[in-house]
Formats: sequence, structure tokens, C-alpha cells
Amino acid sequence: MNSKILVILEQRENKIKKSSLETIEAAKLFASRLNYNFEALVIGNGIENLDILQNTGLSTLTEYKNSDLELYSPSAYKKIIVEHFNKLSGEIILFANTSFGKDLAPRIAASLKAGCITDCTNFDFSDGNIICSKPIFAGKAISELKVNSPLKVFTIRTNVFKIVPAECKLDIITEHFEAPDLTTKVIEINKQDSKLDVAEADIIISGGRGLKSPENFALVEKLAQAFGAAVGASRAVVDAGWRPHSEQVGQTGKTVSPSLYIACGISGAIQHLAGMSSSKYIVAINKDADAPIFSVADYGITGDVFEILPVLTEQINKLKQ
Amino acid sequence: MKIAVCINYVPDTASKIKLTDDNRIDENGLSYVINPFDEFAIEEALKTKEKFGGEIFAISAGNDAKKEGIKKALAMGVDNGILLKYDGYMDPFNIADNLAAQIKTLGSNIVFFGRQSVDYDNGITGLLTAELLNYNCISIVTKLDIQGNEVTAEREIEGGKEVVKSTLPIVITTQKGLNEPRYATLKGIMASKKKVIEEINITSVSNLVENVSYKLPKVKNPGRILGSDASAVNELVKLLRDEAKII
Repeated sequence: MNSKILVILEQRENKIKKSSLETIEAAKLFASRLNYNFEALVIGNGIENLDILQNTGLSTLTEYKNSDLELYSPSAYKKIIVEHFNKLSGEIILFANTSFGKDLAPRIAASLKAGCITDCTNFDFSDGNIICSKPIFAGKAISELKVNSPLKVFTIRTNVFKIVPAECKLDIITEHFEAPDLTTKVIEINKQDSKLDVAEADIIISGGRGLKSPENFALVEKLAQAFGAAVGASRAVVDAGWRPHSEQVGQTGKTVSPSLYIACGISGAIQHLAGMSSSKYIVAINKDADAPIFSVADYGITGDVFEILPVLTEQINKLKQ
Repeated sequence: MKIAVCINYVPDTASKIKLTDDNRIDENGLSYVINPFDEFAIEEALKTKEKFGGEIFAISAGNDAKKEGIKKALAMGVDNGILLKYDGYMDPFNIADNLAAQIKTLGSNIVFFGRQSVDYDNGITGLLTAELLNYNCISIVTKLDIQGNEVTAEREIEGGKEVVKSTLPIVITTQKGLNEPRYATLKGIMASKKKVIEEINITSVSNLVENVSYKLPKVKNPGRILGSDASAVNELVKLLRDEAKII
């Protein structure tokens, strides 16, 4: 019998997140290289967008349903997943490396005595071994790791695995789960005013000291709006209290790999570069032509952000009309 | 009340990482600091003691160099330091196993960790330790309130905060934003010199995860400078559309 992978999907407000589809792609990689079978599990209170799982290559999904489980409860979720995985006699569990996956993966690894590697960006297979790559020092180096235990838990960095449609019929099994263990439980979510988060965004517009004051971040916000992008910030402006920590990109903030990263008035301290240099395309706009940010930028403009950002915003808005 | 805070001593975030000839991390020339996220853990432990009284134990696992980190915690106001001493490599599970044993011996029912060490970026040691102790755990915490046995915390998630309820005993992993870590005062530094760091030799169980090798990321080729004023914007938009295919 083939070894089994269980992919844990993540829902917010009963909608499965895009990062979960990327995790299915990682499972497909195992399936194609090591002949693993995979299936998925989601916990919530009636998933509303199950159609996004059609033609992803996923053929079996078990949905655990309970009105207390729409919001995350580590104690309850852990129990459900461990029991399901044991019944399945699975070997590998995959999560997306989100705040949810990062919280749940080690708890489950501890219960299963499984080796756990977070934030995986690649898997190599040779002689039946799985070698996992993960950035360390916020991307200043890459560690290649092997798990020695029979059971393994991985979290997959978001925006790395590309979603490839695969024709496939999906069977959904619904399990009504009674009396969950709610010792630790989320009671509510305080949303940031519907802003995109840097950790999930495909495009990020980041600002630094070069903006000169918190008010001038409006220029960055307008450009972000034009692109449909998230707003990011350097450590300097977060420490100065101009921007919230949730926007900080870098070694003590978030490590990001969007398709496009536009750095505005950011000089590029090494701890910032570590957090964003794996972005697919990087644009730097900075007056100082010697700023280190230009060493990682694909396209640079050595000019004044106050002059350039409004013109760029206008052109993007025009294109989008 | 005994409060435990588990800390690590890591290369400064300004460090450039190089590899040795046999592809290990070259530790020569690196300067070390308390893991930045652990400073929030120490500060929160101090605030918890100010509120409830008790004693704080800073625990670190590793070689002698980790003592420097413990000394800094003592200078900030932590009461006691413990080094779980070993020289080789231990994976997070192994470290968590030893930390859990020590916390059990101390009998602390409030334990703080930084949410992640900025060297190996695993972010799992606190959660593993909680599970091994059978303690509750809230990770990536930006706000904390303990009332009797009840714990309410906010944890950072994508696009917002989760409000989480739990109970003691608990492990909290701390995120930037939770507090403003205090600086060590001269008095604190002088007092810390008199404190003895207890050293306990630990033995390694087998590692579940093993490093095979290290690599450096691909160096990017320097990009194109398109100009020095707004006239370069046309070219930029064209490249984003035709070359990067983003717009």
C-alpha cells in the first residue's frame, strides 16, 4: 500500500484559503516522486467555497463540522487531526506556513513524536530520502534537512508552490464532530480594516525612512491601492511608531516572497534584505544611488519618492481602467 | 510563583552569514545578541512578576556561550539563570524535551518563549515544550492578560488578531508589539554579576531532524537603473507589464 499524506486545509470565515491550494501542490510533488497518496482535511462550520478544490488534483476531502470549530481551537483541532491521521495510518502531514499552520504543526508533531520542519521551500528526493530546504537567518542561508522519524510534519512557505490545475473528481466526506476539547480557543478575530497582509500578498509596496514622516505613507498606500497590493514597512519606521509591526518586513518582521516588491525610500539594511530578497521582482526607488537595496533590485530608480510615487500611481490607475 | 523564560543567544540580525569550506555556518566574526523575540519574553516575565510576585528563571540550552545571554537577562532583572549544557547539535524536539524536564523540576506554570529564534527560524520550540509538558500554549502573542487561572491573549494572524482564551499552566510565545523591553540599568548589571548561573549537563536523545548541508541563496545579478527622475516611470511600467508580466 502506498504511504499517505494528509494535507490540512485552512479556512477563515468558512472559506478555504489560497495558501491551502499551494499545500496541495506540495503533496502532488510527493505523489509524483514517491508514489504517495494524499487526501485533505478541513475543520470548520460548513465550508462555503468547496468549489475551489475542484480540479486541483485532490480526490478526497474530509470536512469536520461543528459550530464551535469555525474559529480556531488548538486543543480541539489537534485532537481531530491526530485521530484522523492515526486512522489513516498516514506518514506525512502538510500545512501552509501561516499563523495557523505554524501554531498547529508543532503541537501535532509533539503528539505523534514526528520530526517537524517549518517554512519549507523545496523538497528533493533521492534514494527514497526526502531532503527539505528551508531558509534560515531569514533567508541569508538555506538549510537542507532530513527527518529521521517515520512520521513527518512540514509547513510549506506561501507563494512558493505554483497552483497547477489537474482534472480530478473530488469526494467529500462530512463528519459531524461532537464535544470538541475547547481548553484553548479563539473567541473572536479583530480584523485590520480589510487591509491585505504582507504575508499573503502577491504584490507589496513597502516604505522606509525616505518617506520622512508617517503622514507621507499615504503615497505608499495610494500606490498599494492602485496595484491591489499590501503595504509593508522597514524596521526603522516600525520602531519609530509610524507603522504597525504587522507590516514589518525583515528578520524581526515577516519574510515575504511576493511576485513584486516595490521598496520606496528604503535603504536596505541587511536584516530587511533578508526578509524580501526572494521576491520574484524587486523595484527600488531611492534617492541614494549607493543604497544597498539596489543590489537586489531588478529595476531601480535613483530618484525622489515624493516625485516618483504619484506619477507611478497615476500610470497604474490608468492601466487598470 | 515561579516564572520561567526560555531564551537563546543568536547572531545579530546585522550579521552577514558565510559558510565554511565544508558547508557549515561559519561562526567566526559573528557577534551575538539575545534573540530579539526573547527580549519581549523577558520583559513579559518581569511584568508578570511585578503583578503577581514570585521568582523568574531564565533557561537557555547549549554551550558556554549561551551564558552571555543569560547574564543579559539577569541584568534586566531576572532572578536566576540556568544553563542546560551540551556542546553538540540538538534539534528543537531534543531541546524542548530538556527544557520541559527542567520546567517540570522548577514547577513553573507560566512559561515565556520568544516566538522564534532569528537564527534557525523554526518557531516551534515553545509549542513543542508546551505539548511535552501538557501545558496550554498561545503562540505569537501581542497582548496578554492573566487573571487568576484565566488567560486571555491576542495573537497575530494574517490580516488581524485572534483573541484567545485559555488557562494556566501555559506557555506564551511572544511577538514584537507585546511590550517595550526595558534596558538593563547599571544597578541591574552590578547586581547580576553576583548571581550564579546554575549549570546542568544534559544528554541528547536522538534527533528527529538532522541538517544535511547548508547553502547560500543565489546571488542576484545587479538590476537595471532606469533613471533618476519621474521620466523613468514609463520604462518601469513597460517592464512590469512586458518583462515581469505583473500588470
